[in-house]
Amino acid sequence: MSPDHMIWISLALPILAVGLIVFFGKTPDLRDGSSGTIAGLLFIVTASLSIGVFAGERPEWNLGEMLPGFEIAFRVEPLGMLFALVASGLWILTTAYAIGYMRGHHEKQQTRFFACFAIAIFAALAAAFSANLFTLFIAYEVMTISTYPLVTHHGTEEAKRGGRIYLGILLSTSIAFFMLAIVWTWSLAGTVDFKLGGILADAVAENRISQTGLAVLVGLFAFGIGKAALMPFHRWLPAAMVAPTPVSALLHAVAVVKVGVFSVMKVCVYIFGLELLRETGVSLYLAYVAGFTLVVASLVAMTKDNLKARLAYSTIGQLAYITLGAMLATPNSVIGGGMHIAMHAVGKITLFFCAGAIYVAAHKKNISEMEGLGRKMPLTFAAFLIASVSIIGLPPGGGAWSKWFLAVGTVETHQYLLTAALMVSSLLNIAYLIPIPMRAFMKPKSDTPDDPSQETGSWLANMQEAPMMCVVPLCVTAIGSVVLFFAAEWIYQALLPITMTPS
Amino acid sequence: MIDAIFAHLPILLIVMPLVAAPCCVLTGNGRAAYALALVVSLLTFACSITLLEETLVHGVVRYELGDWSPPYGIEYRVDIFSGFVMSFVSGIGAIVLVYAPLSVRDEISESKHYLFYATYLLCMTGLLGMCVTGDLFNVFVFLEISSLSSYALISLGRTRRAPLAAFQYLILGSIGATFILIGIGLLYQMTGTLNMGDIAARVPHEHGPRTVLVAFAFLTVGLCVKMAVFPLHTWLPNAYTYAPSVVTCFIAATATKVSVYAFVRIIFEIITPGFAFDVLPLDTELMLFSLVGIFIASIAAIYQDNVKRLLAYSSVAQIGYMLLGISMATPTGLSAGIVHMFNHALIKGGLFMVAGCFALRLGSVQLSDWKGAGRTMPLTSLAWAIGGLGLIGVPLTAGFISKWLLLTSAFEAGRWPVAALMLLSSLLAVVYIWRVVETLFFAEPSEAAANATEAPLRMLIPTYVLIGATLVFGVWTSYSAGIARQAAIALLGGTP
Repeated sequence: MSPDHMIWISLALPILAVGLIVFFGKTPDLRDGSSGTIAGLLFIVTASLSIGVFAGERPEWNLGEMLPGFEIAFRVEPLGMLFALVASGLWILTTAYAIGYMRGHHEKQQTRFFACFAIAIFAALAAAFSANLFTLFIAYEVMTISTYPLVTHHGTEEAKRGGRIYLGILLSTSIAFFMLAIVWTWSLAGTVDFKLGGILADAVAENRISQTGLAVLVGLFAFGIGKAALMPFHRWLPAAMVAPTPVSALLHAVAVVKVGVFSVMKVCVYIFGLELLRETGVSLYLAYVAGFTLVVASLVAMTKDNLKARLAYSTIGQLAYITLGAMLATPNSVIGGGMHIAMHAVGKITLFFCAGAIYVAAHKKNISEMEGLGRKMPLTFAAFLIASVSIIGLPPGGGAWSKWFLAVGTVETHQYLLTAALMVSSLLNIAYLIPIPMRAFMKPKSDTPDDPSQETGSWLANMQEAPMMCVVPLCVTAIGSVVLFFAAEWIYQALLPITMTPS
Repeated sequence: MIDAIFAHLPILLIVMPLVAAPCCVLTGNGRAAYALALVVSLLTFACSITLLEETLVHGVVRYELGDWSPPYGIEYRVDIFSGFVMSFVSGIGAIVLVYAPLSVRDEISESKHYLFYATYLLCMTGLLGMCVTGDLFNVFVFLEISSLSSYALISLGRTRRAPLAAFQYLILGSIGATFILIGIGLLYQMTGTLNMGDIAARVPHEHGPRTVLVAFAFLTVGLCVKMAVFPLHTWLPNAYTYAPSVVTCFIAATATKVSVYAFVRIIFEIITPGFAFDVLPLDTELMLFSLVGIFIASIAAIYQDNVKRLLAYSSVAQIGYMLLGISMATPTGLSAGIVHMFNHALIKGGLFMVAGCFALRLGSVQLSDWKGAGRTMPLTSLAWAIGGLGLIGVPLTAGFISKWLLLTSAFEAGRWPVAALMLLSSLLAVVYIWRVVETLFFAEPSEAAANATEAPLRMLIPTYVLIGATLVFGVWTSYSAGIARQAAIALLGGTP
């Protein structure tokens, strides 16, 4: 099977999953089984595709012209490949987790839930493999629309409000800014294809766009890609936390938010070109916006008692790291940003899985109520601790490497204020993440201090973990975030080609 | 035999519905009239498609009425543009008829059914006639046929406000028609001919007498009334709101589009873009009125509680998008305007059909009565959501194609403020569409909605044909944007 074929197979698999899920809607076992099987198949396909891509192949698949000059085309490059690997790999675990969670909770409309989920994965892969901005934009919007029913899954007044903010911000930024930026780029370059080294160099050389214009264009992209959650367009992310936890886990730690930062990186690397951004410095102000976002988001996260809300603000901050890397546009910062897509995805999905497991097992949403819970749920909180270490950027968590490269990027460009912002933010990360498992393990359980059953019997008998389907995935991802620490060299080598300038 | 029929297709297109209309009256029976109307509308659709195919392969089809060669006789002339417009007008006309019977039975008293179908056919005759004819006076005649029959159709609405709305439309429509007639009269005085091709060849543009300018002014303003361009749109919201659901579907999808068609013909073939846009500032004015209209009508739509009125205001806004494209006068811009005529006809026709389904089951088109209907009528509600996404212009829907073309043409013409304003305005569509979506899916069901059942398949299937078409033409554009582009190039190519 040639790599070119594998592109359309990997896009067709999630669509096939949608069909099977709807077809087997009445028999949950078959439905969820087919969903899981296809997730597994998809990972095998993307993994085998990645071997060639990381070795230097660039498979292509052209679906055809939708409008004159604008075609639906796919071309796999390392950054997209990494993103596709992360998304498809974590889809397997999330499917297992979601089956446990949704059944444990007796959620309604599970068929619609799994179907929309698969569409979102399709959109993530289509975005990852897109060969031009036009295709990327379509995939981006499909993702927005397909996740709306997931965010508003519960159909309550709160869900409605959350969904309104979610759709409102994502649709308006993408229509008002992103689309404008794409057509503007097209009018400057005559094409919207992703090309290493960028496509705007000619327009700049011929003075068809001024420095200010270029800065505005980068801004339109950075803010128009609302999924990157750069302040002040970040409000949709906490709003989307009304969704069931598996949605928050996959979509708001992996697919949706990562499609945002991935698009930002792709635009910086393949539309502007790193060299152009570095020489003109037009994106530097956005690096500062990102720096501001990552500090403020961490501060806000500290004030949140609801665990999912805290994780949401933490995500906003971590996404800003990636945007920062893209906007600094040095090879190290871009590799750091790209690496952080994978590192943060694995770490944050663990944290969300934990939040969901705590909710399923103990029905607790607020951090203040979780004291002493670590004795009942040791595995969950241990995983939480490991993932937190990775998010903070301490060894042996994978996040250590990505944050290292980002910090090197700020020093290389002599933006020491940004270096300071990164350091402060890391401290804040410790402050808002580490106390959660610490208090769960150390403090006695607050609401039932005199319960004698707590003290008697072995610790094993006291365990009240969430169902296996929930606990196993979160242990796997927690281990994954440590494994990534040792696999960083491999990711570095894989991403190195995108920082090269074509001779 | 086949060849003989083939040669007479342009006239058959008009004669069939025109003759069938009185036959409907003669039957005096609702069912028989419906059967006849349905057969005839399907036949006209087949004729239009054949004609369009013919123009795509062999170029312009000319037909001399009664073998009187022009300019003595009337010439029917079908090119790609008119073939395109008449195809979707007759196609949507046929689909609406398939959808019609249950809704008509619900909203119009039994004794008037045969009259309704007769009038419907007359209206279709008028609209198709405007597309097919190459004679300026004939345009006016057909315009009046379609207008008079639509006044009658609108007055059939079940509330007592319907006749009032029809009367309001009658007054404004007649003023518009009179303006058009004056314009035609002045042009006839200057050129001595009514054939559009001849007028175009003879009319003195620059350094011509003032009469020509006055004629252009009368034609433009008259057609703007019929197109419902802001601020001459005031007849439209009431007419759409109080007309029977089926009538609104048909008129909203076709009538204003055919007026836009006539406007484009007159601007690009008689006034010529060089004169209208370079010498006269018609492009700036159109853009200004379109943009102001888009914003004001969209904001008005946000505050409507009657869903049909909401869609009506949205129609006024969408006309603005078509005119924006047309005023660019570039191949991309013009094709954006033309393809939006088609895309919007599909989308708005589909959405009004959804409103008709709800009207049938819930007995109301007030948004407050639609609360929670998503639970009992999920398919109908889903159709609204998909159609609404098309109206917003989300990718993979037809609306996106028009918007993308419009955007690229604005950038090509260097008018990026227009592009930015256009995108901002489409955010208003998000607001008014999503208000309805939230009401359908999240509100506690109203009493009517809780007891409702899904709309009947006989209405749901035609609705989904149109809604599905918005998705098909959002991906596969060679028969929408492709033809529109050919039409635009032909329209621009005929001018210096």
